[in-house]
Amino acid sequence: MSTEEVKDIIEEIPPNGAQNNDSHAEKQSINQQKILHALESEDVRVHFEGTLDNQLVLNMGPQHPATHGVLQLVVSLDGETVINTVPVLGYLHRGYEKLAENMTYHEFIPHTDRLDYLSPLANNVAYILAVEKILKIEATPRAQYIRTICCEVARIASHLVWIGSMAMDVGALTVFLWAFTEREKILDILDLLTGVRFTTSYTRIGGLALDMTEECRLRLITFLDQFIPKLENCRNLIERNKIFINRCEGVGHISKEDALSLGVTGPNLRATGVERDLRIDEPYLVYKEMDFNVPTYPEGDSLARYYVRIKEFYESFKILRQCLEKLPSGPINSPDAKQVLPDKGEVYSKMEELIHDFMIVNFGNAPEKGAEAYQAIESSKGELGFYIISDGKGYPFRLKIRSPSFVNLGSLPTMLKNCMISDIVTIIGSLDPVMGEADK
Amino acid sequence: MPITIEQIKEKFTDAGGFAGIIFSDINNYPMMEVPKERILEVSKIMRDEFKFEQLKDIVGVDRFTKNDRFECIYNIYSCEHKFRMFMKVRLDSKKPEVESLYPVWQSANWSEREAYDMVGINFLNHPDLRRMYMMEEYEYYPLRKDYPLMGLPGAVQLPKK
Repeated sequence: MSTEEVKDIIEEIPPNGAQNNDSHAEKQSINQQKILHALESEDVRVHFEGTLDNQLVLNMGPQHPATHGVLQLVVSLDGETVINTVPVLGYLHRGYEKLAENMTYHEFIPHTDRLDYLSPLANNVAYILAVEKILKIEATPRAQYIRTICCEVARIASHLVWIGSMAMDVGALTVFLWAFTEREKILDILDLLTGVRFTTSYTRIGGLALDMTEECRLRLITFLDQFIPKLENCRNLIERNKIFINRCEGVGHISKEDALSLGVTGPNLRATGVERDLRIDEPYLVYKEMDFNVPTYPEGDSLARYYVRIKEFYESFKILRQCLEKLPSGPINSPDAKQVLPDKGEVYSKMEELIHDFMIVNFGNAPEKGAEAYQAIESSKGELGFYIISDGKGYPFRLKIRSPSFVNLGSLPTMLKNCMISDIVTIIGSLDPVMGEADK
Repeated sequence: MPITIEQIKEKFTDAGGFAGIIFSDINNYPMMEVPKERILEVSKIMRDEFKFEQLKDIVGVDRFTKNDRFECIYNIYSCEHKFRMFMKVRLDSKKPEVESLYPVWQSANWSEREAYDMVGINFLNHPDLRRMYMMEEYEYYPLRKDYPLMGLPGAVQLPKK
């Protein structure tokens, strides 16, 4: 493309610094006006009693401890009842989609850790499955099994944070400590598996960074053996607790039709009675061979969302048990030398491997020109998908992250309508959003 | 009885009054290219007749070509039939505009706001077209190909000391 053609395409970019401080302040106030305008939508009617103006606009967040990160809610209230809510996102926006367009497919893996930072392993797997789909590579059976284990361990770790923080949102502090003790054990296992505790960056194109050691496998089995009784302890603390039940039952109700139309996925959708799980509907990895159920509850309130996630612990437990039993031996990297990073030891001793390593690291893996692919997995929050468009170079032309938390948060105004102020916290807790993922 | 792509192809034929709809395939998922004037009408048919209850995502793409520079890719899913497909509209280079799908799927509200914020696609008749992530006074669209990776110095006015 010649420079003149490029000039033709680019519209005239407005000159910088044209605005002075006054117009800046003006624009900021316009922004606030717009948010307030969105708050006062047409189907909202505020009743005035006498001369007292009852409507109150309350700003919650972005630094509120109960909003699970940097989520800002502008709430309009009639007494203590919520009339309308406008969530304001973007406080954690880091522009990952733009960054992805300027780095190779391998270089983006560490960035996926920072999306849903409570289950980085699941993000690694989702991203790498999309990349492998566009490159037309398939991982070896052992790698597939280990990836499945990763997904389920990540689900348990993420749900443990959720059960702790949700119980804390409604006032039960002990569960938080107990759940985090269990999560600590998982992080220790991740340390053995991947070499780090938190930001794992574990997957590679066509394989994995490290093999699962026998010690790690045994540690995982020991963890699973004691996990269910510990979970039962947590459940006993809250499930027969009158305060917990009263604060969750019937709160934040969303109908099946609304949930579908709003694009809600994952446990939040299954709590409205829709039995949809990508692990069964569009099976990836080795979920086809696994025997597990999809728990659903028809109520659609916070308590139903709680029970769906609790039941998912047991299903993950089942899947992990089967995976660890069936785990095949063999190589973890697929043999495609042009696409898969060679073993480090061979890079230093063999010519061919050195060349491949140099080419992959410097120029990246190039899918064919014009290729497009979409791959989604059922992460702990819902459908986590990556849409990749390639133009035949080592960098993705466009990478779109379909993050479940972002779409699930879109249902918040519907759920919060006509609830009380104190229920806002419960509902956000039961929705389980992670702002790193919602803001990208 | 689950639907198949053949049934959808049968519905949107030239003879049936739907000229210009092209079917293709992207890595095991069907893709349907729709003229931008008809996207609202086609979406309603997809939801009501073929039970695509969910709009999962909207991908705004800047192709950086002279004509039809922008693209909108709709990711729709049928929970009843467990069927996923994609719809694509090509948009004008100078004035990327397309009808909002909010009347069909409520999730279009936020997804369209995101595409507007990042790529600068204008969605007509959207109930609340604000920026999703960037601040309202920002004048640029970060995911356009002519926007530099490191950003534009001075694009955001910081408060004076």
